[in-house]
Amino acid sequence: MSTSSDIKPAASAQPSTQPRSIIQALEIDTRMLGMIAALLVIWVGFDIFSGGNFLTPRNLWNLSVQTASIAVMSTGMVLIIVTRNIDLSVGSVLGVTGMIMAVFQASYLTQTLGFNHPLVWIATLLAGMFIGLLIGALQGFIVAFMGVPAFIVTLGGLLVWRGAAWWVAQGKTIPLTDDNFKLIGGGANGAIGETWSWILAAIAVALVLLATVNARRQRKRFQFPLKPMWAEIVTVGLASGAIIAATWVVNAYTLPPALARRFAKEQGIAIPEGGLEISFGYAVPVLVAVGVGIVMTFLAKRTRFGRYVFAIGGNPEAAALAGVDTRKITVYVFALMGMLAAIAAAISTARLTSATNAQGTLDELYTIAAAVIGGTSLAGGAGTIAGAMLGAAVMQSLQTGMVLMGLDSPLQNIVVGIVLVLAVFIDTLYRKRAG
Amino acid sequence: MAENLGHEPGSSTISGTPLVEMRDMSISFGGIKAVDHVSVDLYPGEVVGLLGHNGAGKSTLIKILSGAYRRDAGEIFIDGQKADIHNPRDAKRYGIETIYQTLALADNVDAAANLFLGRELRTAWGTLDDVAMEAAAREVMHRLNPNFKKFKDPVRALSGGQRQSVAIARAIYFNARIIIMDEPTAALGPQETQQVAELTKKLKDEGIGIFLISHDIHDVFDLADRVAVMKNGQLVGTARTSDVTKDEVLGMIILGKCPKGAKPGPGAMASEEAA
Repeated sequence: MSTSSDIKPAASAQPSTQPRSIIQALEIDTRMLGMIAALLVIWVGFDIFSGGNFLTPRNLWNLSVQTASIAVMSTGMVLIIVTRNIDLSVGSVLGVTGMIMAVFQASYLTQTLGFNHPLVWIATLLAGMFIGLLIGALQGFIVAFMGVPAFIVTLGGLLVWRGAAWWVAQGKTIPLTDDNFKLIGGGANGAIGETWSWILAAIAVALVLLATVNARRQRKRFQFPLKPMWAEIVTVGLASGAIIAATWVVNAYTLPPALARRFAKEQGIAIPEGGLEISFGYAVPVLVAVGVGIVMTFLAKRTRFGRYVFAIGGNPEAAALAGVDTRKITVYVFALMGMLAAIAAAISTARLTSATNAQGTLDELYTIAAAVIGGTSLAGGAGTIAGAMLGAAVMQSLQTGMVLMGLDSPLQNIVVGIVLVLAVFIDTLYRKRAG
Repeated sequence: MAENLGHEPGSSTISGTPLVEMRDMSISFGGIKAVDHVSVDLYPGEVVGLLGHNGAGKSTLIKILSGAYRRDAGEIFIDGQKADIHNPRDAKRYGIETIYQTLALADNVDAAANLFLGRELRTAWGTLDDVAMEAAAREVMHRLNPNFKKFKDPVRALSGGQRQSVAIARAIYFNARIIIMDEPTAALGPQETQQVAELTKKLKDEGIGIFLISHDIHDVFDLADRVAVMKNGQLVGTARTSDVTKDEVLGMIILGKCPKGAKPGPGAMASEEAA
């Protein structure tokens, strides 16, 4: 049908002049705001109950490193759950890919390329990601094309891949041989230091600014209603403030004196009077997780793939009738999940500097819990990557906090379990109210 | 070969090649023949009302045309050429757009995302061009429903009429040549129903062929050039609306009784029974 040209698109787009609430004007997701508030309450609460041990640079730095692995997997779990599926196998996939990476590195790569060859770590990681991708694609294929429910396929996968992890090395623990690969796990060397942390922070702030300006220009081009200028400034200010604060915290965590002296000696730095303060800065696994989060958010929000994932979750039949190949998308989502499990495996293997048979056990439950606490609806169609990563931070904060408070581990499980149910209950109430 | 069949006496006034010709369509689900050797056609600028009780097979028949179902037997011709329609994408390639009874909207995304679902506009980088899609959505929605403002909300938050507008916008935006409307006014109030009727006339004037599906004859009779009536998966018959009365069409729907002005199909009651 020909489009009538007498009506300009701008005609329907008068800028709204009605007074709006602050939250509306800022276009902030209230659910996300609530999650951040909940996280802060948890942090302050634990800090009080643990006698000031929680909100220290050291603990927050460790927290960030410990969150990384689950956070990476939770980004994929969001898309899985959004498409009305579930993946119970991620912990076992983490186990088997971690084991394969360790064996591949120790038995083949280091031997052929040489010790600490710069290609070793990247080849290890790529091999792991590829295997993870294949495993995920296989499970996705069975779900999408053979019609077996995802719950069953991945429940089977949970057993199969755990068993496969054992088969790779007959249950042995395989130590990593490549020092570069170990950096992915964090640790004293696996952090980027003060200067680079500030450089990254500056780049991040610049990107936030650029994205805001760009979005505004785009909307101006079509004469859409714009956010008020003060709201833009507040949003950018808050984001930049958070980036700077996080950078300050990770830089406030310094190497213990003994390690600092050894580091100075290795690097040939003179030790100044009053002791040497060497900042950790951002840990590599945290940067990996943040990078994964950004890429996944991009995939979810800015690509056709992401649009289809959400459309399938909202109404699978409608998506199919609109011409979306829902089965192909399902395979892609599972394949992506498998690949992310392998990245998480690289982080946790590198952190332990070896691959063990039990690695990743119960991680599927933490990953699902992180996604769900982060506002992903098990009914499908709703969820955000950032929310899931925050959910992972909430889960890890609870565990770390309870350890600092000296709670017994059975009690810790009880608390985590209750919090999970409570969080989903609150989310249900929120959804009912918000409609 | 189409001439030889000559199963459409009423179509003599509209000449040329039919836009769509569905010949001997059959599909069954678990042994039940939902559509049983049905043939219908549609000419450019023509509105064909597809009538029948709930469960008569109307929706199933058009879902074959829109690519949602695969037929067991039968052939589809578009512009006289045999068409291969295996999925909704194929159908859209032939310019067939469908407004489903259920509207088939993804409730969790906004109007523009639904409008362009499966055919997203993209930037030079291959990313979604949401701003351009919103602009296009604003334009087409303004024509259909000038009061529509909720471009940022998921369609879940829209009223029945607004949702209908989104579904219609999706059908007309992409220069369709054939539009299938499955109970398009089921969820609408009188004023919105009137709007759909006006839109139907406008589309017809532009030479678009329209299948209008309804179980309610009153929705269709005044708009349609012809009606095709189905009962128990079979075609009772087709008739020009100028040659039959509403009561006669009701007789076709309820009893399967084919009046004089209509061309009986395989599902028509035998004439001795009818008498």
